[in-house]
Amino acid sequence: MNPNGEPVIEVSDLVRRFGDRAIINDISFNVHRGETLVIMGGSGCGKSTLLRHIIGSMKPTSGSVKIFGQEITTMDEREIALVRRRFGMLFQSGALLASLTVGENVALPLVQHTKMPPDGIESVVKQKLEMVGLSGFEDLKPAEISGGMKKRVGLARALALDPELLFSDEPTSGLDPIMTAVVDQLTLKLTHGEHMTAVVVTHDMTSAFRIATRMIMLGHGSIVAQGTPDEIRNSTNPEVHQFINGEADGPIPLNLSQDEHEHHQHVKPRPFVAARHRFHRKTA
Amino acid sequence: MLKNYLKLNLSLLYWVLVAPFTGQFFSISQIFRQMVFIGVRATSMVALTAFSIGVTLAMQAAHSLQQLGAEMYVPDLVMLSILREMGPVLIAVIVIGRSGSAVAAELGTMKVSEEIEALEVMAINPVQYLVVPRFLAMLVMLPALTIFGNYIGVLGGWAVCRFALNFNTAGYVLRALQSANTWDLYSGMIKSGVFAWIVITIACNAGLHVEGGAEGVGQATTSSVVQALLAMLVTNAILTGIFFFGA
Repeated sequence: MNPNGEPVIEVSDLVRRFGDRAIINDISFNVHRGETLVIMGGSGCGKSTLLRHIIGSMKPTSGSVKIFGQEITTMDEREIALVRRRFGMLFQSGALLASLTVGENVALPLVQHTKMPPDGIESVVKQKLEMVGLSGFEDLKPAEISGGMKKRVGLARALALDPELLFSDEPTSGLDPIMTAVVDQLTLKLTHGEHMTAVVVTHDMTSAFRIATRMIMLGHGSIVAQGTPDEIRNSTNPEVHQFINGEADGPIPLNLSQDEHEHHQHVKPRPFVAARHRFHRKTA
Repeated sequence: MLKNYLKLNLSLLYWVLVAPFTGQFFSISQIFRQMVFIGVRATSMVALTAFSIGVTLAMQAAHSLQQLGAEMYVPDLVMLSILREMGPVLIAVIVIGRSGSAVAAELGTMKVSEEIEALEVMAINPVQYLVVPRFLAMLVMLPALTIFGNYIGVLGGWAVCRFALNFNTAGYVLRALQSANTWDLYSGMIKSGVFAWIVITIACNAGLHVEGGAEGVGQATTSSVVQALLAMLVTNAILTGIFFFGA
């Protein structure tokens, strides 16, 4: 199904346990060059943990993760660092260094990993900030800008080295609809025009369907459904249907607290909890 | 806990001593930034502390020595206590309270706000980027502050001798310089270098291993101060034993 040869990311039989609980339970998928893979699923379903395994900051119990054809699970720190120079990552909170200005944050990967002269770095920083609609904010500190702006600066920083691969953890949460569209268009432009590969973890269904070439839905640590956006939209799986339409009633259990996690099928839905969740969904 | 601490020390040694020869330099501007924070901004506090200690030592010495009719030895006592013990120890105490806690809190906050993880994902080693500049700055600035504090402490002793004991300035300086030899100064400097190492590694280790949000940051900061103080005082006793009662 793919024209571009070897996959950029190859996850096979990935398992991660904490004690008896399998947070990631036998997940396999491939991502090819130029694709945008959207990983979705309810809170606490293992999305972020999966992402951390792919970028090599957590080691799996078993299974393998290959990035650019190299096995990342058995690498030492130095080898991982070499792979990491080839990808960018946008954190959920932006994760900007609070002691540096916005401009210095975006410049950080360039200063550390390239031998570019200062004015070259300055022009790249300008260009990347312009891409995310934040020209002229170079000299502010992260504490002086809003959450959504921090996230966009984080995106500019992730793109500073023109990565072949971009990971985004909830890139559009906290952004207004217009900025969401701008960020989505940026992702599309980079994946279509420059053949960047993107892996996006998101809750935002509008944005997910806009950018995805393929989607994976996780639930309880395994893949519930995967396919193209059309396949997912027309899926007959009730869990998928409930999730993408944002319905409070459906097969997905609402109370996923730790001790109830394994027994959720046996727990009767408590009406009060269900009502509260419905309320939150409406207000969120 | 101890394992993490030893691991931090090893990787610190690697990034300071080995990595520069493989072309991975630490950033000089970061070191100066930290030197200003750890050293320059602490001068007024150090001066006040050292002056009070000098004055106190001189008053206590005068009180005891007067009974023996030996006030002329007050400068000796002030000079030796400050060079050997009071200078290095008390200035380390100030730096632990001021910079050690700040470093632990700063790194801890970076840890809980995902900044450390972000550095790692950007292929920037947190030890190289965050710990090395603070370590080198501390290694330079704590002994520098100690030298500065020694001067101020001796000045405090002079104030008491000059205005309360009717010494003349030349007499005080001469007496003080005669009493001390270079080893008194060097032993204090060695101590202060060792304290610098202890203080900054404990603070960084506490910060880098914070878990559990704001509460964790608070706990790490407190425990880094307590651990650094205890480690520093015990080390001081051991070093004094080696320097003045060994061989």
